[in-house]
Amino acid sequence: METITQPWPWYTAGIIIGLIVPALLILGNKHFGISANLRHACAVCLPSNIPFFKYDWRKETWNFFFVGGILVGGIISTLYLGSGEAVIVHPDLAQELASYGITDYSGMVPAQLFSFESLFTVRGLVMMVGGGFLVGFGARYAGGCTSGHAIMGLSDLQWPSLVATICFMIGGFIMANFILPFILHL
Amino acid sequence: MENKTNQHTNPADFEVRSLDTMCVNESELKHPWYYNLKYSLVGVIFGIVFIKAEIISWFRIQEMFRLQSFHMYGVIGTAVVVGAISVFLIKKFKVKTIHGEEITFTDKKFNKGQIIGGLTFGLGWALTGACPGPLFAQVGSGAIVILVVILSATAGTWVYGKFRDQLPH
Repeated sequence: METITQPWPWYTAGIIIGLIVPALLILGNKHFGISANLRHACAVCLPSNIPFFKYDWRKETWNFFFVGGILVGGIISTLYLGSGEAVIVHPDLAQELASYGITDYSGMVPAQLFSFESLFTVRGLVMMVGGGFLVGFGARYAGGCTSGHAIMGLSDLQWPSLVATICFMIGGFIMANFILPFILHL
Repeated sequence: MENKTNQHTNPADFEVRSLDTMCVNESELKHPWYYNLKYSLVGVIFGIVFIKAEIISWFRIQEMFRLQSFHMYGVIGTAVVVGAISVFLIKKFKVKTIHGEEITFTDKKFNKGQIIGGLTFGLGWALTGACPGPLFAQVGSGAIVILVVILSATAGTWVYGKFRDQLPH
């Protein structure tokens, strides 16, 4: 039990996530991808006669079941498998974050940045609403997110997925190192 | 590899759908809805790993983009190696699904979206500290406010769909 409640090492996580690829293929010829769910949600709720959202989303319902499972997995893991310990981060990061007043490491998501109260601050609005928008817009523009391109696409040796993955990383580096410091100062 | 199961569908529709991580290789079999629960089970395992390996932690993503930790590179790298070996074996031995259907793959076509959209996604990823999968696990971990992020990401997807024709591809 001790092994389960402690944070899992990268190789355990990597192997299990890698095995999701064949699991979905063998269970029903499904290709691993999460961000497509957001498109299906648009197709279900607000297709607005946009050709991009006019397709038979009922054929994609498996993906809603898949993300529903992720949410339930999050609940189970948090309630029953957690150690309740704070995330231990690199001292340089801790020092940098402290200068922005971020000192609470109790949650996976920093409560000082992501909360309903901070939603009404400029910083919180930019990070949650702005960040979410970029994720949704960018993932669809790129034709997939980390799961569809970086994991499924690279597993199938698709070079456009490699291009997308490299661009994900470049965008992340630019934001984290050059733009985020200004946003965190807000 | 030709995808035989799709020949009856509209080719334009197939083209549009294959640009995305959608299920272009749809099943010919009709199953009751609860057959989809097998995917939920895979999702549950995925969600547990997300939390237990701290993949959904905003802090871990910040470390990754600052090159302060190997953790996330190890996770993604191992996943790709395991995934690639699996795909190779499935192709080599022509493994079928548990329902006896053929497993198919579609080549991704390059377009400018993978660069422009990829960079945009990266900017968002470092802000929210989560890509779409972890967002759902974060909600599960009790951060209900992340529903706002998911809603905003859905809005972003919708805006892309709306202006798709005007964007360079």
